[in-house]
Amino acid sequence: MSSANPLLDFVLIHADNSLILSQRLSEWCGHGPVLEQDMALTNIALDHIGRARLLYQYAAELDGTGKTEDDFAFVRDELDYKNVLLAEYPNVDFAYTILRQFFMDSFYIDFLDKMVLSTDTRLSQIANKSLKETQYHYKWSKDWVIRLGDGTEVSHQKIQTALNRLWEYHGELVVPSDAEKIMIAQKIAPDFEEIKALRTQRILETFAEANLTTPSNPWQQSGGKKGYHSEHFGFLLTEMQFMQRAYPGLDW
Amino acid sequence: MTTEELEKKFQERIDAEEKIEAKDWMPADYRKTLIRQISQHAHSEVVGMLPEGNWVTRAPNLKRKAILLAKIQDEAGHGLYLYSAAETLGVERTDLIDDLNSGKAKYSSIFNYPALTWADMGAVGWLVDGAAIMNQVALCRTSYGPYARAMVRICKEESFHQRQGYDILLTLSKGNDAQKRMCQDAINRWWWPSLMMFGPPDANSPHSAQSLKWKIKRVSNDELRQRFVDMTIPQCNILGMTLPDPKLVWNQDRGHHDFGEIDWVEFNNVLKGNGPCNKERLEARLNAHNEGAWVREAAMVHAEKRARKIA
Repeated sequence: MSSANPLLDFVLIHADNSLILSQRLSEWCGHGPVLEQDMALTNIALDHIGRARLLYQYAAELDGTGKTEDDFAFVRDELDYKNVLLAEYPNVDFAYTILRQFFMDSFYIDFLDKMVLSTDTRLSQIANKSLKETQYHYKWSKDWVIRLGDGTEVSHQKIQTALNRLWEYHGELVVPSDAEKIMIAQKIAPDFEEIKALRTQRILETFAEANLTTPSNPWQQSGGKKGYHSEHFGFLLTEMQFMQRAYPGLDW
Repeated sequence: MTTEELEKKFQERIDAEEKIEAKDWMPADYRKTLIRQISQHAHSEVVGMLPEGNWVTRAPNLKRKAILLAKIQDEAGHGLYLYSAAETLGVERTDLIDDLNSGKAKYSSIFNYPALTWADMGAVGWLVDGAAIMNQVALCRTSYGPYARAMVRICKEESFHQRQGYDILLTLSKGNDAQKRMCQDAINRWWWPSLMMFGPPDANSPHSAQSLKWKIKRVSNDELRQRFVDMTIPQCNILGMTLPDPKLVWNQDRGHHDFGEIDWVEFNNVLKGNGPCNKERLEARLNAHNEGAWVREAAMVHAEKRARKIA
C-alpha cells in the first residue's frame, strides 16, 4: 500500500527493514551458539532498533497527523509494512541468520555510503550514523559466511542450504519501488544500479572465498515493499504488537 | 615453608586487607570456594538472560525494547567477565558450562520463576537486580583481586538496571487500573523469591563462617537481607504499592523493619529443581549449547585452516 507521500514511503521501507530485522535478531537473545555471538546478535539488533527509531521519528514528522514512532512500529496492519521479505524471514538456524544478515549488510553498506550525500539533510545525517554501524555488521556477517562456508563439512552444508533457500529473497532490496524511483529522480536516494553492481561484486567475492555455489535460478521474490508479505509475517506482528493491541493508547 | 606456615601467612594478608592475585599461593579450599561462587555467579547472569529475553520481542514500545535488550546484553557481558575471573583460578569456561548444562553447577534460584507480564520486567529490575546489587556491592571488597575488580564494573551497570526496572514500575503505577494491577501482581510474585536470593539464614549457612574469615564474603546473608528490606520499603511506598507481608513493620528498638518468615520449604524445593521453570531454563541452555556446537566447531576449524595458510 503506498501513500501519497513518496518520501514517507521511502523512509518507511528502511525503517521497517530495520525494525523487522531487529525483531528477528532479538529472538536469538539468550540462545546464541556462544556468549560472544549472542552479544554480537544483540548488538546488531540494538543498532537496528536505534536506526528504526530515528527513521520513524522522521516519518512521524512527515506524516504530520500526530503519530509517534510507536504508532508506526506497533499499530499498523500487515499491508502497511514495507520491509523486504528477506528481513522477516525466520531465523531457522545460525546459518540462515548469518546469510540473511549478509544479504542485508551487503546492500546497506553501499546504499548508506551514498545516502550520506542525499539532498535530504535529515536522511543524510541518519545515514552517516548508520553507515558506521553497518560497516561493523558487514564485516561480522561476511566473516561468518566465510567461516561457515570454509569451516567443517557440516557448516558448509548448512550455509549452502541457507543460500539455496534465501537466494530468491536477496534481490528485492535493489529493485526500486515506485516511491524509491521518485526519490532517485529527486536525488534523495542514490542510483540503485550502481549499488546493485557493487553489491553483486561483494556477494560473489565472499561466496568464492567461502567455497559456496551461487544458485542458478535467477528468479527473485518481491512484494514486501508494496505491503505483500510472507505467511510468517502475521505471526511476527502478533507477537511484537501484543502489548499495544491488548492495552491501546497507554504510556509504558 | 610448610602448608601451615603458608596458610598463616595467607590469613595475615587477608586480615591486612591485601588483595589475593591469580598467581599468589592460596589454600586449595579458598580456590575451590571461589571457583564455585564465581562460576555460579556467571551462570546466574547467563540463565538470567532467559526470563527477560522472554519479553524482548513483546516489549510495549521501541524505547523499552532497546533498553531491555541493552540490559540483557550487559548480563551476557557480566557472564563473560565472571567466567574470565574464574579462569584466572585455573579452570576452563567450557568445563564450567558443561557443569551448568549437566545440572552439577547451580545458578541463582530466582531465575526459576517465570516472567509472566510486562510488569515482571520492572519487578525483576527493581527487586531481583536490587537484591543482587546488595550482594555485589559487598563483593567489590572481596579478597580475590580479579573477582573484586569484575564486581566494580558489574555494579555500575547493575545500578542502572535497577533504576530502569523501577522506572517501568513507576510508569505502571501512574497508569490505568490494568497497569496498576499488573504492577502490584508482579511485586507480589517477586518479593519473597527476592528475599530468598540472600541465601539461608546465617545459622543454617554452612560455608558462611569460613568465607567471612577469608573475606570472600564480607557481609552475612541476614544482614544483607535486612539492608535490602529497609531500602525497598520506602521505594515501594513511592510506587503506592504494597509488599505481600502483613508482618512487615518498623521496629524502633532495632532501627530496622521486622518482616515475616521466609518459606524455606519453597526455597529448598526450587533449589532441588522443582521450581516452575527449572527444567525450561536448563533445557534452553542445553539447546543453545547443543545447537551451537557445529558453529563453534566451524569457527575452530576455519581458524586452523587460516593459520595453516598464513604459515
